[in-house]
Amino acid sequence: MKSAKQETVPIATSSDVVMARQKVRQWAIEMKFTLVDQTKLVTAASELARNALEHGKGGHMVIEQVENSVKNGLKLVFEDRGPGISDVDAALRDGFTTGGGMGLGLGGSKRLVNDFQIESEPGKGTRVTVVRWK
Amino acid sequence: MERIPILRMGQFLLVTIQVDMHDRLAVQLQDDLTEKISECSSRGVLIDISTLEIVDSFIGRMLANIAAMARVLDAETVVVGMQPAVAITLVELGMSLSGVRTALNVETGMELLYELRGDFNSEMGG
Ligand SMILES: Nc1ncnc2c1ncn2[C@@H]1O[C@H](COP(=O)(O)OP(=O)(O)OP(=O)(O)O)[C@@H](O)[C@H]1O
Ligand SMILES: [Mg+2]
Repeated sequence: MKSAKQETVPIATSSDVVMARQKVRQWAIEMKFTLVDQTKLVTAASELARNALEHGKGGHMVIEQVENSVKNGLKLVFEDRGPGISDVDAALRDGFTTGGGMGLGLGGSKRLVNDFQIESEPGKGTRVTVVRWK
Repeated sequence: MERIPILRMGQFLLVTIQVDMHDRLAVQLQDDLTEKISECSSRGVLIDISTLEIVDSFIGRMLANIAAMARVLDAETVVVGMQPAVAITLVELGMSLSGVRTALNVETGMELLYELRGDFNSEMGG
């Protein structure tokens, strides 16, 4: 995967989550994703940015345009230095929450993208990487 | 503090969400609506989300909470104008929004509210 350009967005307040959504929308429009694909990307970004803020005590998102031999994609990386996730499989399950949420953010955003990867180390933080291909 | 305006139309309340809401604003709207329903003894709430570009789990939960609280206060809630791309995404996200009534637009939403709760004997000013 070769990267064309990238941008970093801080995630420290709930207004930053709004900004993260708007940035992803801009990039998705620029890359000419369909409206449905834009909506899926922005919704996944909203869930993952909120998780980084609420569960991960804040962090940042990196937006990157990527391409492989056949297509273009938009890659989003959400990184925080929060408590980490001790059981990633459980966290991915719909309905699993340690807060007051519905437990849909992780499992749901996984369904909204093509590639989905979580790296998490308890005590160190969490990194969620997603790609949606065109 | 920034707030989403709530319009009173006789026995119903009308909310048009026109901004990309941050989470605190959504919670504020939920609280404001609950207060207003009880203050105005409203029979129904119409929420127009036609300009919303996404509904994520937080906004979805807010809509469900509003509907549930309104029901406790004896009012019906109808959410109108959800864009097709938003609806498709919401289903894939895993949110069914069961318990929230929906309609295509403000007109059909109003008709639905009248059907459900309208009191035709009382005046619009109510
Ligand atoms: N960045 C993170 N850091 C630490 N824990 C996390 C992180 N993201 C998710 N989790 C854990 O995974 C659980 C499931 O996350 P998910 O987003 O699916 O649901 P939720 O945030 O609890 O509720 P919802 O997103 O539906 O409002 C969380 O409750 C939390 O325990
Ligand atoms: Mg979440």
